[in-house]
Amino acid sequence: MELLVLTPLEAEALRLSLWVSLWAVAGSLPIGILAAWVLARANFPGKTLLDGLIHLPLVLPPVVIGYLLLVLLGRKGTLGEPLYSAFGISFAFDWKGAAVASAVVAFPLLVRAIRLSIEGVDQGLEAAARTLGAGPTRVFLTITIPLVVPGILTGVILAFARSLSEFGATITFVSNIPGETRTLPLALYTLTQVPGGDAGALRLCVISVIVAMLALMASEILSRRVASKMKG
Amino acid sequence: MLEIKVKKRLGSFIVDVAISTGAAGVTALFGRSGAGKTSVINMVAGLIPPDEGRIAVKGRKLFDSEQSINILPEDRRCGYIFQDGRLFPHLTVKANLTYGMKLVPRAERYVSYDQVVELLGISHLLPRRPAKLSGGEKQRVAIGRALLTSPSLLLMDEPLASLDTARKREVLPFIARLPRELSTPILYVSHSLDEILDLADTVVLLDFGKVVATGNVKDLMSRFDLQHFAGPFDAGVVLGTVVEEHERAGGLTSLRFAGGLLKIPLFDVPVGDRVRVRIRSRDVAIALNRPYKISVQNIFPATVEEIVETSESLVDVRLNIGCPLLSRITPAAKVDLKLSSGQQVFALVKSVAISRGNTNGLGEKD
Repeated sequence: MELLVLTPLEAEALRLSLWVSLWAVAGSLPIGILAAWVLARANFPGKTLLDGLIHLPLVLPPVVIGYLLLVLLGRKGTLGEPLYSAFGISFAFDWKGAAVASAVVAFPLLVRAIRLSIEGVDQGLEAAARTLGAGPTRVFLTITIPLVVPGILTGVILAFARSLSEFGATITFVSNIPGETRTLPLALYTLTQVPGGDAGALRLCVISVIVAMLALMASEILSRRVASKMKG
Repeated sequence: MLEIKVKKRLGSFIVDVAISTGAAGVTALFGRSGAGKTSVINMVAGLIPPDEGRIAVKGRKLFDSEQSINILPEDRRCGYIFQDGRLFPHLTVKANLTYGMKLVPRAERYVSYDQVVELLGISHLLPRRPAKLSGGEKQRVAIGRALLTSPSLLLMDEPLASLDTARKREVLPFIARLPRELSTPILYVSHSLDEILDLADTVVLLDFGKVVATGNVKDLMSRFDLQHFAGPFDAGVVLGTVVEEHERAGGLTSLRFAGGLLKIPLFDVPVGDRVRVRIRSRDVAIALNRPYKISVQNIFPATVEEIVETSESLVDVRLNIGCPLLSRITPAAKVDLKLSSGQQVFALVKSVAISRGNTNGLGEKD
């Protein structure tokens, strides 16, 4: 039975992984919806550039992202230094930094799913709501957002799963600190680097698979429930 | 009451119309598809901005390019009923109905929720979602949703076009009741003569983005020069009549009009009601002598007023039977009968071919 009980190390890595991913997704969701809406609806010069910028983390090696974050947000970074001296906010070498790294890497997946969904919304429904007396903000909150809930759910789950598996950007940006930034993938990596760590690594592997599967199944059940609601 | 004078360039197409109606009631925008009807009501609703011009409803300016007035769609108080319903799929029927109502201050509401639900017969649909409604039910809910905003003008963009004949018959009476029970003016877009027969007081005929003619349904639809707008099978005249009597055994209703009595299949409305009928010119035959032993119920002495060769295979004959009547015959028939202007003939109209609409209460003067 001991096999089924998590060791304190494993529990901590799992808790940290979930915590970091949760914050990564929750923090980037409002910006993600806004970015998706801008990409789906707005027309302005430089839109292609913004589109490229948002999708960049999808094609860049995560290590490059991690390094760029270090240069930008590190304690001595271009943004990090003024941020620290003015507000005392620091991302370097703690879980918040890990969340930022995960959020940046997962952002394109979040935006992509929501954008597709917004593009699928019949703008005639929004026009109808306007003629019924609703201003643009009310239309957005009561018509557009509810209609893109399936897309938002898909985006959130995808981004969450991507955050759980984040490795390269995290280890480069905030290093591998037990209890602070050592998430599941980092803990697994650490175990593979020490002699006799194989068994522990395998257990972490299994935990990772279970968590990922649960996330995917939850998303499937949720989106099915939303779809059936729309069908009456 | 309603004043529209707008110009709008849409690609190579230019909409340039001036419409002005005096009384409440139904104004129909009639024309072929692509004539610019929907563009006009979209401009009234504020969904597309005109390039120039002005729009005023009941004295309130909604748009004026000279004074830079452009009221936002949500502040125009125009209830818009779209061809495709556009119910919100994530909301129940009840939530759809109250969506706009809740945004109108209580003091400005002139129609209550219960009243609308009752008028449209939709109380059994309230907990459902739009996906579970039939086409006719959807349109009724869409009408209710727009009505509940207590609009100062109702815009209807072919509200029956997506429905089959049975569903049309289901929804049409509800629309017909609106101008009688509420005094909201309606701007009604349609390319169906039958709908207009039932509903409209005034018709604005649009073609290629311009107003071709404006007038009351009877005058406009009977005008010889406008027949081609009715489409190849629908040319004809519209007559205003009053129900004289019902012959239930014979399955007939007699209508009194300027040319005498017109018999149509039993139309169960009270005696004395005004009924508008349309007689298509292809359903009117011409005889030189009064025929006897014939199934046709309506035989009128007539004078030939004008003969026009509409095309190689069609001749349109304008007859006078106390009021104008059109007959469409072949060139061969014209030769056989040796028809000429001023000639006395008999016009034969099959009862079953007559379209009718009950216009009692529309306020039309005969």
